[in-house]
Amino acid sequence: MGIKEYKTVTEVAGPLLFVENVGNVAYNELVEITLPSGEKTKGQVLDTSKGKAVIQIFGATAGLDAHETSVRFLGETIKLGVSEEMLGRVFTGLGEPRDNGPPIVGEQRLDVNGGSINPYSRQKPSDFVQTGISAIDCMNTLVRGQKLPIFSGSGLPHNDIAVQIARQAKVLGSSENFAVVFAAMGITHEEAGFFMRDFEKTGALGRAVLFLNLANDPSVERLITPRMALTTAEYLAFEKDMHVLVILTDMTNYCEALREVASAREEIPGRRGYPGYMYTDLASIYERAGCIKGKKGTITQFSILSMPGDDITHPIPDLTGYITEGQIVVSRELHRKGIYPPIDVLPCLSRLMNLGIGKGKTREDHRGVADQLYAAYAEGRDLRALSAVVGEEALTPTDKKYLKFADSFEKEFIAQGKYEDRSIETTLETGWRLLSALPETELKRIKKEFIEKYGKKYRKE
Amino acid sequence: MFVEVCKMGVLERITGPVVVGDKMRGARMYDVVRVGTERLVGEVIRLKGDKAIIQVYEDTSGLRPGEEVENTGMPLSVELGPGMLKAIYDGVQRPLEIMHSTSGNFIRRGIEASALDRKKKWEFKPAVKKGQEVGPGDVLGTVKETAAFEHRIMAPFGTEGKVTHIEEGKFTIDEIVCTISGKKKHDVKLAHKWNVRKPRPVAEKLFPEIPLVTGQRILDTFYPIAKGGTACIPGPFGSGKTVTQQSLAKWSDAKVVVYVGCGERGNEMCEVLTEFPELVDPRSGKPLMERTVLIANTSNMPVAAREASVYTGMTIAEYFRDMGYDVALMADSTSRWAEAMREIGGRLEEMPGEEGYPAYLGRRLAEFYERAGRVVCLGSDKRNGSVSVIGAVSPPGGDISEPVSQNTLRVTKVFWALDASLAHRRHFPAIHWLRSYSLYNASLANWFTNNIGSDYMELRERALALLQKEAELQEIVQLVGPDALPEKERAVLLVSRMIREDFLQQSAYHEVDGFASMKKQYLMLKTILKFHERMSMAVDSGIQLKRFSDLPVIHEIARMKEIKEEDSEKGIGSIMKNVDEQFNAIK
Repeated sequence: MGIKEYKTVTEVAGPLLFVENVGNVAYNELVEITLPSGEKTKGQVLDTSKGKAVIQIFGATAGLDAHETSVRFLGETIKLGVSEEMLGRVFTGLGEPRDNGPPIVGEQRLDVNGGSINPYSRQKPSDFVQTGISAIDCMNTLVRGQKLPIFSGSGLPHNDIAVQIARQAKVLGSSENFAVVFAAMGITHEEAGFFMRDFEKTGALGRAVLFLNLANDPSVERLITPRMALTTAEYLAFEKDMHVLVILTDMTNYCEALREVASAREEIPGRRGYPGYMYTDLASIYERAGCIKGKKGTITQFSILSMPGDDITHPIPDLTGYITEGQIVVSRELHRKGIYPPIDVLPCLSRLMNLGIGKGKTREDHRGVADQLYAAYAEGRDLRALSAVVGEEALTPTDKKYLKFADSFEKEFIAQGKYEDRSIETTLETGWRLLSALPETELKRIKKEFIEKYGKKYRKE
Repeated sequence: MFVEVCKMGVLERITGPVVVGDKMRGARMYDVVRVGTERLVGEVIRLKGDKAIIQVYEDTSGLRPGEEVENTGMPLSVELGPGMLKAIYDGVQRPLEIMHSTSGNFIRRGIEASALDRKKKWEFKPAVKKGQEVGPGDVLGTVKETAAFEHRIMAPFGTEGKVTHIEEGKFTIDEIVCTISGKKKHDVKLAHKWNVRKPRPVAEKLFPEIPLVTGQRILDTFYPIAKGGTACIPGPFGSGKTVTQQSLAKWSDAKVVVYVGCGERGNEMCEVLTEFPELVDPRSGKPLMERTVLIANTSNMPVAAREASVYTGMTIAEYFRDMGYDVALMADSTSRWAEAMREIGGRLEEMPGEEGYPAYLGRRLAEFYERAGRVVCLGSDKRNGSVSVIGAVSPPGGDISEPVSQNTLRVTKVFWALDASLAHRRHFPAIHWLRSYSLYNASLANWFTNNIGSDYMELRERALALLQKEAELQEIVQLVGPDALPEKERAVLLVSRMIREDFLQQSAYHEVDGFASMKKQYLMLKTILKFHERMSMAVDSGIQLKRFSDLPVIHEIARMKEIKEEDSEKGIGSIMKNVDEQFNAIK
């Protein structure tokens, strides 16, 4: 079957194009559309029945018409040619070079939708990644192969945190091949420039592959960008044995694009107009992380999303949290207090933490210290609210200690410099030092022997 | 049988996981079809003239109109027989381990793989003799599936007559081991198929009066679930649904555990897969994996198969129940199942009910939970079996006023309310002690009184009353500070904090604390309440609270949970003695 060209467009609605009298086209088939001006753009089949097809266009729809526009079905789903040559290069959201470099001669052409990893083939993640940030390393440890998003809001320094992690993240005692795959969806030129500059400065750019779909690029393209990035990451990790860190930003823009297409298709909307299948769709992105038995490479995923109105129950952070293995939450309150990184540890979580900590990985007392810091900080925060009502004088002496602990925890443990790379030892010792302000009997979460071994030296009595 | 109706239709339209087939006359609802040249598995979910609307269990990318659709004429079924324990299946019972070895690390489409090992020979020991009369459900013989598990081969439903042939020896699941001749002749093999959407029949449903002991203190002591009961755990993300489900899968005193990972994380299933073979079942002494069947349909696997996965799990659970065993089914998470229904419903352009969920959501959930129960199985020996169902619910934003939570609460008898703020302060299990409930308390009271302690129910009520009182006092504290409370009430705060931190908090990852026997739970609670008793007496006699608010025994109580199971009687007993001694010393 040769590739035929059709000029039978009947309707254009938003990013959708309706074509008639076509041969049997495949679902999800890639389409090339030629505008009357001669400009070319790409699309994908969303609905196909005998002789009819609905196409979702990735480019701009301005200039499309129902008479002159021609459509070619390319006979395959969206594929990306991948090779190691991609390292150090910048691409558009659809995988075309954006840096004036030569096109990539793919070693393999892979379907960007990927396949689902067989749960049986997965390897349990177990390598502790030291990010040098205490709030993450001690409280919400990152493990290689994990997918951990940063929940943030507009105006908060999530990008600083992301580049600091990209810069500092390392597995202790290993110097293996690593790569960064960066996918930008609908972020501004300025933000993209910030990431690129930082990668350049630290020399990471040579080990990075960037896919940029900026704010002024077609929004529907955003649906493909993360898939391009993850296809590249899978290739680098599972074919080329690299440890890949994937940064996806900003997932909120991705979800907006998803909603745009859904409403153009007149689908029944779910919560807040987002389509009912958003969970499944997001899962097909987030689940593309992990370790595979017998493969040296791994994929660790950091996605950044800005919570609309700082609302963690908004469908985007909500569905994300149900799929990812925890979350890092950036707080406006701490940011206002001038604390960097403004990570509010209470709603944060790392589900894989236990796999990466403890004896032989970090330190035997890690779990206990983290739990105790959590419990004490939560108590301190509650008392802070209480003392605002009844005054500090009404608190018991122990309560006052908790109150002070919460303050010093924020100032000395959470807060650190943008270029401060704290080792896990330093972090844990800071934790013990702060805990020494509390009576020893309050430390119920830590084994007695560890209090003797690590905590005693900070106690004055 | 009706296998002859194999018909070929033509694919007409593809829109995601739902496709339309034409020229499908003869197709019936829920028939399994193979779609397209890649023979993807699908199921008929609506009929319209000659057209059949089909949900496809695999990714439909690349399908074209005009490709063929083959109707197998069979409903979606699971194959039941020896070899299911230790296995990990996808939502339509394809073995993931086999798929890993045949198709690699990523799941390819159109793979056909037998759920059970067809080559393995099982040692079959007859339990009936030639010439004996048997009826449906009668145990014909047994197969030693694992060292600790006896797989019973039962006479299929609808068979009645004399055993005309039965043989001891080694057989594959496709060989005939027994023949029953009545009105009709039946050849019995070790395995058979069963439609997943059809509950397996039982002789009689019983009243639940035995607890499913889970080793989790807040559950067993405060909000127990009965064998054959239903429970739901709704909670926002990160509140510990999965950890609780996994603790239950590890420590419940069920003979078989079916764990359905429905639309959840791949790494979590991987964790179960690597952890369970290493953990030892405290009752049988064998690896936990040997009593577990895993169904994993992770969130990125096809949505229609996710819809099927809970039924697949339930049918397998019922099959083990029919052998006369206690089975626990964990479904994590039923919200994903409901969302799969919503997604399919949306593609069918059905009129949505609340929040876009189909109007039949409530009915489907009720039908599913109703398949739980403690029963008298079919068969002349009247053996008992049970399926207990524990469903996790993931309400958006943790707000349980949404339809899936509400419809689930209407049918389940136990509600374990997970609370995000408890999780944030790392109080685990983050189950709220006041908002949760169990409707089995009354029916289980007898069992607890007879088997654990005659004062057990009373202790429990006293502890709950203290916690309730604490909540009221906390409101006052919020306004005036703790110093303003009278001594007696501050004593309540002290002891309820003890109940919360030293009894209810339980670390799932701690080597000792992960599981607490009923006996240990009872002793722990008794000790704390004894402390309260002595403290109230002391306060009444005018002794100031601060004189005993740092008694050494308080710290002993705090470490009670770390006492090993075998030392618990002695260890906690001596703490109880210390309570008396130390209070006696204050005068």
